[in-house]
Amino acid sequence: MEVQVKQIRKHFGPVKANDGITLSVPAGAIVGILGENGAGKSTLMKILSGFQPADSGEILLDGKAVTLRSPADAIRHGVGMLHQDPLDFPPMRVVDNLLIGAPGRLIPRRGDAAQAVADLAGPLGLTLDLKAEVGSLTVGERQQLELLRLLWLGARVLILDEPTTGISATQREQLFGTLRRLAEQGKTVLFVSHKLEEVQELCTRVAVLRQGRLIGEALPPFRVDKLVSMMFEREVTPGERLSCATGDTLFRLTDVSAEQGRIKLDPFSMDIHRGETIGLAGMEGSGQAVFLRSCAGLVATTGGRIQLEDVDLTGKNYHHFKKKGVAYVPAARLEEGLIPGLSITEHVLLTQHKPGFFIDRESGRKLAQQRIGDYNIKGTPASPVESLSGGNQQRTLLALVRPGAKVMLLEQPTRGLDIESVIYLWTKLKERCNDGGSIVFTSSDLDELLRYSDRILVFFAGKVSGPLDAKTTTVDQLGYLIGGRDISGTGIFDETDPVQEGGLDG
Amino acid sequence: MDGPTLLVGLAGVLATSAPIAVASIGESLAERSGVINLSVNGTILLSAMGSFAVAVTTGSLVLGFILGAIIGAVVALLVAFGSITLRRSQVAVGFVLTLFCRDLSYFLGNPFMGDKGPRLAEHGIPLLQRIPILGTLIFKHDVMTYFSFVLIIVAWWWVYRTRPGLTLRAIGERPEAAFARGARVNLLRYTYTVVGGALVGLAGPMYSLSVKAGWKGTISGLDGLGWIVLAIVIFGAWNPVRVAFGAYLFGLLQWLSVVLQPSLQGIPSQVLQVAPFPLMILTLLFVNVGNAEWVDRILASLPEASRKRVAKILRSLRVVQPRSLGVPFEPD
Amino acid sequence: MADLAARVRDHFTRERWINIGLQIGALVLALVLTTVILVAAGAPPLSAYWQIIKGAVGSVTGFSNVLVAWVPLLLAASGVLVTFAAGLWNIGVEGQIVFGAVLTTWVMRLMQDTAMSPALVIIIALIAGMVGGALWAALAGVLKTFGGVNEIFGGLGLNYVAAALTLWLIFGPWKRPGIGSMSGTEPFPDKLALPTIAGLRLSPWSLGLGILAVIIVYILLERTYFGLKLKATGASNRAAFLLGVPTWQYGLVAFLACGALAGLAGAVQVTAVYHRLIPSISSGYGYLGLMIGMLIAYRAAWVAPIALFFAALNIGSIQLPIVLKLDSTLSGVLQGALVLFVVLVEGARQRYLRRAGLKPGGA
Repeated sequence: MEVQVKQIRKHFGPVKANDGITLSVPAGAIVGILGENGAGKSTLMKILSGFQPADSGEILLDGKAVTLRSPADAIRHGVGMLHQDPLDFPPMRVVDNLLIGAPGRLIPRRGDAAQAVADLAGPLGLTLDLKAEVGSLTVGERQQLELLRLLWLGARVLILDEPTTGISATQREQLFGTLRRLAEQGKTVLFVSHKLEEVQELCTRVAVLRQGRLIGEALPPFRVDKLVSMMFEREVTPGERLSCATGDTLFRLTDVSAEQGRIKLDPFSMDIHRGETIGLAGMEGSGQAVFLRSCAGLVATTGGRIQLEDVDLTGKNYHHFKKKGVAYVPAARLEEGLIPGLSITEHVLLTQHKPGFFIDRESGRKLAQQRIGDYNIKGTPASPVESLSGGNQQRTLLALVRPGAKVMLLEQPTRGLDIESVIYLWTKLKERCNDGGSIVFTSSDLDELLRYSDRILVFFAGKVSGPLDAKTTTVDQLGYLIGGRDISGTGIFDETDPVQEGGLDG
Repeated sequence: MDGPTLLVGLAGVLATSAPIAVASIGESLAERSGVINLSVNGTILLSAMGSFAVAVTTGSLVLGFILGAIIGAVVALLVAFGSITLRRSQVAVGFVLTLFCRDLSYFLGNPFMGDKGPRLAEHGIPLLQRIPILGTLIFKHDVMTYFSFVLIIVAWWWVYRTRPGLTLRAIGERPEAAFARGARVNLLRYTYTVVGGALVGLAGPMYSLSVKAGWKGTISGLDGLGWIVLAIVIFGAWNPVRVAFGAYLFGLLQWLSVVLQPSLQGIPSQVLQVAPFPLMILTLLFVNVGNAEWVDRILASLPEASRKRVAKILRSLRVVQPRSLGVPFEPD
Repeated sequence: MADLAARVRDHFTRERWINIGLQIGALVLALVLTTVILVAAGAPPLSAYWQIIKGAVGSVTGFSNVLVAWVPLLLAASGVLVTFAAGLWNIGVEGQIVFGAVLTTWVMRLMQDTAMSPALVIIIALIAGMVGGALWAALAGVLKTFGGVNEIFGGLGLNYVAAALTLWLIFGPWKRPGIGSMSGTEPFPDKLALPTIAGLRLSPWSLGLGILAVIIVYILLERTYFGLKLKATGASNRAAFLLGVPTWQYGLVAFLACGALAGLAGAVQVTAVYHRLIPSISSGYGYLGLMIGMLIAYRAAWVAPIALFFAALNIGSIQLPIVLKLDSTLSGVLQGALVLFVVLVEGARQRYLRRAGLKPGGA
């Protein structure tokens, strides 16, 4: 089925997620949709699959304009979406998962459904245990299930969102084989990914999005460097690098491993120095968040040792880490970081180091006023935190980290902030480094990682590359590593090999 | 105790457990869809009183049962409206309603206290009741007890065998995924809460017009049963058959406490009467302890092999509640 | 003066007036519903309301009885506020009252025949009550914290266990000479009662304890770090934990504090009101305390007036069975309707604000 979108626009508040995207995909094509986090890929796919209405624009299927009111409506029109975390029902059996939402009689004939799906699966080289519980399947198998379900319901356009995250290499090969066969049958595949190698291997064409716009399209043979520059290139005004790194070790990780949910972190060792800033790169869900939380004592480590100066923190709980000087600032500002309903003053009071028994509101107010001044927060001491803008919430969060903190672990500290706020925030953070503190932060903004870090770790499927020396690493190199490409031996970066150079003693 | 007496006793257990079974299945349906209707205790009292009053006044048992179902449905509708449409805490709305309905039943039931009302008669099923053992056990009851048997099977069949049943499980599990497949989540939640409420409401007349015929105000012995119902639903893991099993287990315990009373001199009757409550707490402890944070921390410190084994045991004990139970759904 | 006027003006902004209007609307709705119920029951609504008012404030004795009922309500409601602040639904408050009463009775039975001074016995008995309530609450708290048992089910189960325990004691080990009866255990000698005002059942001492409890809880929640951290825990457990609040410990302490206050209520009922253990020693004041907590949306300053209002309804309706042949649970109907409508009206208001886009988090 031929898919066309015309002038699709969608904004969330001031953010233009899709800013007039026009794209045409012929039947039988496998199109790679490339772009970094926030480029607008997900929004476009959600609009195409009926999850969200566009603010304006047109969708044409085989040349006919359609309105997709809901995902169920979309599948009736032949458009099905396979989500990164498959939208299925883990405690239920495979065959039941197939039937949920499928039209038919009161009593579904499980046998018929099973037969029909088996008939579909056979030629595609897939096998499914229909009696198994979905929760016991691997992600790869759950994807196959969803894929078969969508095909069974008559999907002729398949949208796959980062389908290779968390599946094995064999399953990936199988998936690609399946997708190729489907394309041969005339189905259209939209393959959303950030993994260049896969796009190169699978896709018959590529569309690159950046900042809500279609930047360009490409046909094979793809030139990886071209794609990378299309994905990440922007006007960068390289500011002055600020580094306060010293040589003495503050925070030492020895063979630390951890596990949370589906993500398993391989053993990793590193010495973090006083005054140093470490950036953690990687697509969401690659393990950097688990790493950060293990460093904070929030995720129990399954092996290795964590030391802060001479203190062994291994196996201790979060509050013990915190007491010893490890501060953690979560990404979800209003869900995890701040307490809705409480004012800035109350937050300041809450985080006071050694409070007495009674609250002195007046001195609390003064203290809050002072922090508001220090961090240039636009709000009053009595402002409830939910009334602040995102940038001011983030400043408040930082203002709450007590001055003596030795290691600051920041999850996505600048996500959703305007450039002015970002710069201000980093000025404040670097002041703390100057005082001998260390910072470890995650970000999906490559420029930010390169500009503010001393060293960078890149996460891909729970494995860590690096540390890389931020001074000698380029956006392209990071883009490759984030996409899971080994950059040593590609021939592109012959003169410097950052993996070697940015070794343990950095 | 000789064989026939035992048989009649067990048949009695099936009959006296019937209201609990029906109410528990009704509540299971509501909770399956994602709504906790905490008003069960008050609902049963109010519908027991209301049905009794109507049956006494009109002499019609049928009207009594219909009114019982309506009362349950209306109270459930309030819970659904408060929690789905107005997004108030399900616990708060349900709790207020449970107290309100209880007091209302005592207030309105005052004039009917101790009245002699009609009572559902036993109807042995021809032929079938002559089957040895089974005949006495299953085929010599009143019509509502038969209804409870049928309901267990039908509810199970509906939940696990039909297409709407699949959707029901889906909306309680992952409403966003169910929505993606075309389910009208909040409409269905309203429906199942109200239908479940009607079944809870039927439990009232099943007491006041059958099992514990009459209305005696605060000493009717019905206060507290609703909370047992809520616990049985968890014990039964929201599966109608397992829930019914829990109801019968409860009935059996109560019966044993009466039967064994003379031979258990040391244990006072009050202790036996509340035995279900500590049992309920223990059961909940048993099925929930695997979710506690300290268990995770201990697990992480174990060597990999034993970690897997212990985790597996804990997982098998745990009942998995519908994942979005009590969580409002807002389609975007 | 001008300053004061400005403050008063700030205090009564338009939004505040709308809120007050909505609360009054909820009260009116509750009265309408109750009136409909009265009419349905064939009772004259106006004379029923008049009886309630007369019973509550029509005589010194009547009003003093309102104050007698006010005390346990103050204690239970202020205790419940502590757990509500921590985001916990301590339904077990009822059983905590009962178990407090049981321990009080136990201590007094042990000491009534000793040579100890009555004042000392009463003080020890009151403390025993607090310990008892706290212990019972700790059970629910530990089940919740370490066993994952929802405090609603744990608390409820323990309520019934406590009630059965009372019955067993009254008909078993503590039964009156001869035969046990629903009238309770053998009354304690007069010297072991909290002194009352001559001719009335009201004890100024228990009244003082009730008022003191409300003041302490108000100060605790509004003026101390403890209260702030509790509120943080209740408002967002995860964020409070990340900001350094030991959340589960605070949850447990909240249970203990609520239990102690509830236990004190039980102790007061034994030492000042009934002078013995009776089967329904808690009189449902625990559940009523929860209702008050919901009605005032957990604001400590409102505990005293609303608890007084509820106590007046309870006492005022006592005469209903005699005068109008109506059941005294009419007060519970009115209270329930009131809380229900306040909760629903608040939901409707927020829904309106969400719809109007005035509040984030809407559709």
